[in-house]
Amino acid sequence: MSVDEATVRRIARLARIAVNDEEAHRLQGELSVILDWVEQLGEVDTAGVEPMTSVIPMVMKKRDDVVSDGAKADDVVANAPVSEDHFFVVPKVVE
Amino acid sequence: MDEMVRSAPKDKLIKGATGDWEVIIGLEVHAQVTSKSKLFSPASAEYGGAPNDHVSLIDAAMPGMLPVINEECVRQAIRTGLGLKARINLKSVFDRKNYFYPDLPQGYQISQFKQPIVGEGVVYLDMAEGEQIAVGIERLHLEQDAGKSIHDQHPSLSYVDLNRSGVALMEIVSKPDMRSADEAKAYVTKLRTILRYLGTCDGNMEEGSMRADVNVSVRRPGEPLGTRCEIKNVNSIRFVGQAIDYEARRQIDVIEDGGTISQETRLFDSRSGQTRSMRSKEEAHDYRYFPDPDLLPLEFDQPYVDALAAALPELPDEKKARFVADFGLSPYDAGILVGERVAADYFEQVAQGRDAKAAANWVINELFGRLNKDGVDIVESPVSAAQLGAIIDLVASGVISGKIAKDLFEIVWSEGGDPAEIVESRGMKQVTDTGAIEKAIDEVMAANPDKVAQAKEKPSMAGWFVGQVMKATGGKANPQAVNALLKDKLGLE
Amino acid sequence: MSELTGLTIAAARAALEKKEFSALELTEAYLGEIEGANGALNAYVAVTRDKARDMARACDERLARGEGRPLEGIPLGIKDLYCTQGVHAQACSHVLDGFLPRYESTVTANLWSAGAVMLGKLNMDEFAMGSSNETSYYGPAINPWRASGSEEKLVPGGSSGGSAAAVAARLCAGATATDTGGSIRQPAALTGTVGIKPTYGRCSRWGIVAFASSLDQAGPIARTVRDAAMMLGAMAGHDAKDTTSVDTPVPDYAAALGGSVKGMRIGIPREYRIDGMSAEIGALWDKGIDWLKASGAEIVEVSLPHTKYALPAYYIVAPAEASSNLARYDGVRYGLRVAGDDIIAMYENSRAAGFGAEVKRRIMVGTYVLSAGYYDAYYLKAQQVRTLIKRDFDSAFEKVDALLTPATPNSAFALGAMTDDPIAMYLNDVFTVTVNMAGLPGISVPAGFDARGLPLGLQLIGKPFDEANLFRLAQALEDAAGETPPAQRWW
Repeated sequence: MSVDEATVRRIARLARIAVNDEEAHRLQGELSVILDWVEQLGEVDTAGVEPMTSVIPMVMKKRDDVVSDGAKADDVVANAPVSEDHFFVVPKVVE
Repeated sequence: MDEMVRSAPKDKLIKGATGDWEVIIGLEVHAQVTSKSKLFSPASAEYGGAPNDHVSLIDAAMPGMLPVINEECVRQAIRTGLGLKARINLKSVFDRKNYFYPDLPQGYQISQFKQPIVGEGVVYLDMAEGEQIAVGIERLHLEQDAGKSIHDQHPSLSYVDLNRSGVALMEIVSKPDMRSADEAKAYVTKLRTILRYLGTCDGNMEEGSMRADVNVSVRRPGEPLGTRCEIKNVNSIRFVGQAIDYEARRQIDVIEDGGTISQETRLFDSRSGQTRSMRSKEEAHDYRYFPDPDLLPLEFDQPYVDALAAALPELPDEKKARFVADFGLSPYDAGILVGERVAADYFEQVAQGRDAKAAANWVINELFGRLNKDGVDIVESPVSAAQLGAIIDLVASGVISGKIAKDLFEIVWSEGGDPAEIVESRGMKQVTDTGAIEKAIDEVMAANPDKVAQAKEKPSMAGWFVGQVMKATGGKANPQAVNALLKDKLGLE
Repeated sequence: MSELTGLTIAAARAALEKKEFSALELTEAYLGEIEGANGALNAYVAVTRDKARDMARACDERLARGEGRPLEGIPLGIKDLYCTQGVHAQACSHVLDGFLPRYESTVTANLWSAGAVMLGKLNMDEFAMGSSNETSYYGPAINPWRASGSEEKLVPGGSSGGSAAAVAARLCAGATATDTGGSIRQPAALTGTVGIKPTYGRCSRWGIVAFASSLDQAGPIARTVRDAAMMLGAMAGHDAKDTTSVDTPVPDYAAALGGSVKGMRIGIPREYRIDGMSAEIGALWDKGIDWLKASGAEIVEVSLPHTKYALPAYYIVAPAEASSNLARYDGVRYGLRVAGDDIIAMYENSRAAGFGAEVKRRIMVGTYVLSAGYYDAYYLKAQQVRTLIKRDFDSAFEKVDALLTPATPNSAFALGAMTDDPIAMYLNDVFTVTVNMAGLPGISVPAGFDARGLPLGLQLIGKPFDEANLFRLAQALEDAAGETPPAQRWW
C-alpha cells in the first residue's frame, strides 16, 4: 500500500509532528515501503481467528478503592518546562 | 441509527414556516462514579483541591506509569447497569481514544469503545397526564475524566490542573428516543434520580458530577432522520431544555432557508441561551481507538453480578408502584414522593401506622412547600418524620383541628419540640366539650338576634355562625360539634 | 582490565562474602574502567559515581554485619529506559531532555533491595526502537568486538546496545536491558554475552519507559548463564502496580542450574531455516543441536507455520502501541518544549525536534495503521496473526520442552551499514520477534564465532514461566561452547 504526500501530512498532523517538505517526501517513500512489506499478512487466512488480547492468560486484578497517592504537586510539576503555582502552563487553548 | 424510532404525537411537533417538524433527541450523560479514588490511580477523586494536589504520577502520565483498575468503579458501573435494567457484559475491554489536548496528559483517554461493561437497558419517564415514555439505553461504559484548563487567567496562556484527570466517569448513552425538550429534561431528571438512589453518582451538576452531550436533529414527521449536531457539556437540566429548543429552531430555520445541517460539535452558551460551533473542532477527528495494552480485559462472573443485583436498593419505579398499591396513593403523588430517595424514606416513616393519604398530603403540601420556601434540603428538615407523624396523630385523634395543626407545624418548624407537649402547654387542644360550645353559641345568638332570624329563612347563614363561634373559641372548637349544635339551636334541618 | 572487573557476578559475590575485597573497591574498579573506556565505546550516557560509591559503602556495612543479600555489592549498569529516581532517564531521546524522575522503576528498586550498586545509565536506541543502537540521541554505542585484523567500528546491536557493550567490555558486572522484539537477545548475541527475555509478565513494567506495552519485557544481560539467572531472580516478581505482571512465585533460578538436561525434548523449528540464511549461521545451529544431543537431550523437528509473518505483524502492533504510548511527550509536563504560535504548533515543534527519524517513522506507521478505515486491515489482522503464532508455539510445546534456534541472522555489522534501509534493519529481529509476539521466554547464549572472529549466539525458547529449564539448557550450551574470552581490548 503506497501512501501519497497528502496522507503523510495528514498522519503527521494526527501524530502532532511537524514535517517540512523534504521530510514529507522522504517519509512518503519510507512509509510506502514499510506498508508494502507488511501487506504480506494478507496471505494469512485469519477468518474466525480471535485477535490477541493478552499473551499470557490471566484475569485482570483490581485495586481496592483506597486513596494512597496525591498531595505531591511539587513532584508532579517538578519537570515541567513551564509551571506556575503548581499549574502546568501552556500556550492559550481556544475552544 | 435506528429507523424504527417512535414518532412524536402531534402536540410535540414544532411549527416551522413551511410546516411541522419533529425534533429527535439522544443524550450522552457523563456521570462521575461515586468512589474515593480514581478509576486507574489511587489519587483522590474528591471535587476541588489545590492545583495538581489530587494527582498521582499516573494521572500526570509520567513515563513508565501504568493504570490499575479500581474495583469499586467496576462495582458501581454494574450496579448502575442493573438499575437501568440493562444487560451486564461479563467481559468488556478498555480502549484508548487518542487525541492531543493539554488536559489529557496521556495523549489518550482510557475508555470502552467496542465492548462496554453495560449493554442495552431502559428508563421510563412519567410525563404529564399519565403519559409514560420508554427511553432506550444504548450502553454504559467506564472512562477517565480529563483535567481542567483555565483559559481566562492570562491573555496568551492556559493553566492546566489535573485534579480531575483520571476520575471515573460512566458514559450513559440513550437511544434517540426523545421528542421534546421536556422529555429530555425528564430523562436527565429520572436518570439522576436512579443514580442517586443507587449511590453510584451524586448527581451534582454544579460540580460537574453529571453533564450531558445532547444530540439534536430535526425531520419532517415520518421522514428519515436528519443530520444531527452534538451540543457538548451541558451542565444543568434547565440548560438541556434551552439548548434543545434553541438548536431545534436553528436547524429548522437553516433548512427552511434552503440550507443544510452539517454534522458538528456545538457549545451551549448559558448567558445567551444559544449554541455555537466549536472553533477548535474544525479538524475531523480520528481517535484511533485500540484496546489498551496496559490493561487486560475486564472480567467478572454472573454470581458476582447476581449478588450486586440482590443487594440493590428499591428503585424509584418499584417504589412508586408500591406506594400506589400498598398506600393507595395517586400515581401523581407517588411520583412526587419517590423523586428523592430521602423524601420517599421520610414519607414512609411518616406513613408508618398512619393514614397514608394524610401522610402524603402533609409531606407533599406542607413539608415540601416549607422546604422550598426556605430553600432547605429535606435531609436538614427542621421537622423530623417522627414530629410530623405526631402532628398527624393529634389531628387524627381529634385533639387538634386541621387548622391548628398547620400552626403547630409552623411552631415545630421554627422552635422544635414535642408536638403533643406544645399542644398541651399552649392550650391548643380542640374543644369538644358540648357545654362550652353551647355556651359560645348561645352568646353569639344572643348578640345577633337579627342574624338568627335571617338564618331561619336562609340556611346558608349557618356558615357565618360557625365562623363566629370558632372565633369566640380561639379556633379550638371542634367544627363538627359546632355544626351539629348550631343546626339544632337554629332549628335547621 | 582490572582483576576485579574480570570477575563474574557469582565469583565477585563469593569473594565479597569472603572479604577478599570490598564492595567499594569493586565499584571503584568499574568506575575506573568506565573512565578509560567510555570515550571510545559510548556505552554509558550518565555515570552516577557518587551514588555508586554511597551504595557500595552501604553494601560494605551489610557485608561486615554478615547480612549480604543476593547481589550485595554487585555494580550494575542500567538501561536508560528505566526510570531511576533523581538520575538521568531519557530513553536516549531528546524529547525527554533534562527529565529527572521522582520515582524508581520496580525492577531497579528490586535490584537495589537485593544489594546491587548503580554505576550509571546505559546507551540504547531511542525509545528502544532500533537494532544497532544508532538511533540514540547520544550517538551510537560501539561494540567492543572487532573483526580480526580490522579497525572498523561495529554496532553492538540494539536496542540494548549500551547494556551489551558495557557487559562485554567489563564496564559493569551485569546490566539491565529490555526486549520488545529482540532488544536483549540480539545485542547479547552480537557481543558474546548472555541475555534473557523472560515470559511476558515475569518482570514489572512499572517505571520503565513504554515502547510497545504488550511486548515489552525487562531482563538482564550478563557474562554467564549463572549471572543472568542471579540477576533475573532479583529483577522478577509480581507488582501490584502493573496489572500485566504475574502473581506466581519466582523460582530460585540459580539453584536450578547444573541439573541434567538428559531426556529433555528440544524442538527444531523447520521454518527458521529461512531463505538466504548464511552457511555460518546454519552450521552454528547444527553445532548447537549436536551439543544438546550429546548432553542427552532428544531432538525433535517441529513446525511453526506462521513464523514468516511474525516480523510484519510485529511492525504493525509495535508501532501502533508506540504511537499511542509516545503521545505523552508533548512538551507540557516534562522534557523538551519548542515554542509555536499556538498549542498545536507547540506540540508539533516539540515532537519534531524531540524525536529522531526512526521514532518518527514508527509513530507515523503506528498512527496510520490505527487510523479510520485501516484498523481492521492492519492492526486487527496483525493481532489475529499473533494468535496464530501463539497457537503454533502452543502445539509445538505439546511435543517439546524448549526450542533451539539461531539468535540472529548475522554477526555484528559496521556502523551505518543498515541505516538507509529500515527493513534490512528490521530483519535483524527475524528469529527473536516471534518470542515477543507469543509472550514466551527466550535466552541468547554465546555459541562461537564467525569466520571474522565475531561472536554468534544461539537462542533457546521456552514455555511460559519455564525460565528455570531455559537456564539449565542454556548452561548446557555454554558448557559445550566453552568460556567466551573477553573482547580484545583496543580502546
